[in-house]
Amino acid sequence: MADDRINSYKTGPDEQGRFGIFGGRFVSETLMPLVLSLEEEYERAKTDPAFWAQMDDLWKHYVGRPSPLYFAERLTDYLGGAKIYMKRDELNHTGAHKINNVLGQILLARRMGKTRIIAETGAGQHGVATATVCARFGLKCVVYMGETDVHRQSPNVFRMRLLGAEVVPVTSGRGTLKDAMNDALRDWVTNVRDTFYCIGTVAGPHPYPAMVRDFQSIIGKEARTQMLEREGRLPDTLVAAIGGGSNAMGLFFPFLDDTSVRIIGVEAGGHGVDARMEHCASLTGGRPGVLHGNRTYLLQDEDGQILEGHSISAGLDYPGIGPEHSWLHEVGRAEYVSITDMEALEAFQLCCLQEGIIPALEPSHALAHVMKIAPRLPKDHLIIMNMCGRGDKDIFTVARHLGFDMKI
Amino acid sequence: MTRIDATFARLRGQNRKAFVAYIMAGDPDVATSLALIEGMPAAGVDIIELGMPFTDPMADGPTIQAAGQRALGGGHKMDRTFEMVRAFRANNAETPIVLMGYYNPIYARGVARFLAEATAAGVDGLIVVDLPPEEDAELCLPAQAAGLNFIRLATPTTDAKRLPKVLQNTSGFVYYVSVTGITGAAAAQAAEVGPEVARIKASTDLPVIVGFGITTPDAAKTIAGVADGCVVGSAIVKLIGEGKSAAEVLARVAELAAGAHRA
Repeated sequence: MADDRINSYKTGPDEQGRFGIFGGRFVSETLMPLVLSLEEEYERAKTDPAFWAQMDDLWKHYVGRPSPLYFAERLTDYLGGAKIYMKRDELNHTGAHKINNVLGQILLARRMGKTRIIAETGAGQHGVATATVCARFGLKCVVYMGETDVHRQSPNVFRMRLLGAEVVPVTSGRGTLKDAMNDALRDWVTNVRDTFYCIGTVAGPHPYPAMVRDFQSIIGKEARTQMLEREGRLPDTLVAAIGGGSNAMGLFFPFLDDTSVRIIGVEAGGHGVDARMEHCASLTGGRPGVLHGNRTYLLQDEDGQILEGHSISAGLDYPGIGPEHSWLHEVGRAEYVSITDMEALEAFQLCCLQEGIIPALEPSHALAHVMKIAPRLPKDHLIIMNMCGRGDKDIFTVARHLGFDMKI
Repeated sequence: MTRIDATFARLRGQNRKAFVAYIMAGDPDVATSLALIEGMPAAGVDIIELGMPFTDPMADGPTIQAAGQRALGGGHKMDRTFEMVRAFRANNAETPIVLMGYYNPIYARGVARFLAEATAAGVDGLIVVDLPPEEDAELCLPAQAAGLNFIRLATPTTDAKRLPKVLQNTSGFVYYVSVTGITGAAAAQAAEVGPEVARIKASTDLPVIVGFGITTPDAAKTIAGVADGCVVGSAIVKLIGEGKSAAEVLARVAELAAGAHRA
């Protein structure tokens, strides 16, 4: 067994919540007992068949899982190389992968007797998913959202309000996802008794990165089974977009020990990964630091001040990345690349026209990388890209960039 | 004996409570914040807490957030914080300075380099909000080895089971956070704080200083009265944010200190 552990990429994190040097529990003392009690409850739930039975039931009947593994035939022909499959998590209830994880955390919150749920959101997909599940279970929901994002993702703000959530615009910093997470942590440290912090990505203090990964792993588990059914073998390449990295971790994790499978995470390259730092590519353009409860790659200056970054996609506009990605990057199990705003916009339009699927700007980054690599790969090469969200929320942003006047 | 230990020994001899004042280094500029810390001992401040600005101060309310933004907006760097401490130390050998902030600016500099520069400048202790005992190997243990006090926060959520872990590698004093929340928010209540301080003091010989939510000389007196002293931060920083002169701010600091010393 000892050899098996050494040869596995799936044993992390350790007892300190570390993946190599990444992860950990860098939170204030007030939050530490809360983080520890969450870890205890999650460890209990993980081995409780009743917990997973309830998850499976909700995943099937409320979310609509399993999501299809779709062969993108016209896009494959158009690119002329590898066979492209899309994992259709944009077909989930609420339109993205975020609800996979939210269901798990809300069931945990109920087990812990918490009555008030807080969340941070960037693109609004995690906020909508949290508001949705809170409505489903009759829980009070408060969502922190950067003021910049409130404007660029206004349809999701209205959705959250329809679902009964309170949306708090965050004006500190530049008003994006990082600042929303700061204010959610400030809320949690104030309302420790009744409040559960439902984090939307594989970041934050231990056990969040591992817990969110486990809930999102349903994506990769299904994709693995579906690909074996469809093609009788494993895929050759996985491609997923990364902001914090939860959809990517969910797709990647069940394949980590299948070393024949090439794993590629796509970061937001914004205006280009260079010294201007107008991007959100933490792994390709950042270095290790400590923020939001974990050690991971961060965009920061030489004095350790966090930089704001830039991405056309509100969901990728975050200066950090989940600690397990930092570790996979350093041990070389996964590759990380970046895609610019313009490349993502091109992929967005191509997907609409070739496949009749309006993708979110986040998976458009993954698709843009598929467009780069697929033409040069043989026709029997199997790619799975994670179509982790639908693009309805982004049409105003895209219209502005393409010069359409939405008022007509 | 560190400068912090010596200060508490002196205060015990005088049967006085400690008054600790916090400002942010570089807020609104180095000259003003240096004038403030240089004027603090005469205003009755026993220990100076000097904030290290950080872009993402997750435990701080709007007042301290704004102070950090003002400092960073003025181009403040860690180098300048150390310059301030050196300048202060050139004329004052007694009053302890505790640097308070978040881990990333320290980690980015490198722990060994940070500790060497801090001790050389004349820093006496560190309070790092996002380093709980679980992460002691990061900075707490190396800092103590370098001769600095590492002052830990105890909070209303630190229960009896957890308290020994919090106290284990703490030195200098224990900083009891009077409320669950961020700096400058809810008011500290002596009726709640008193029993908590007593609970902590039953487990340690270290002085227990109470901070968060203390805004007036009367509150300083009441809270210091149920502990070994108190910290005032946001109420001072707010005046700096309003553009008050160093003299005006120090006059208020003297009133707050007098409140704590009446306890």
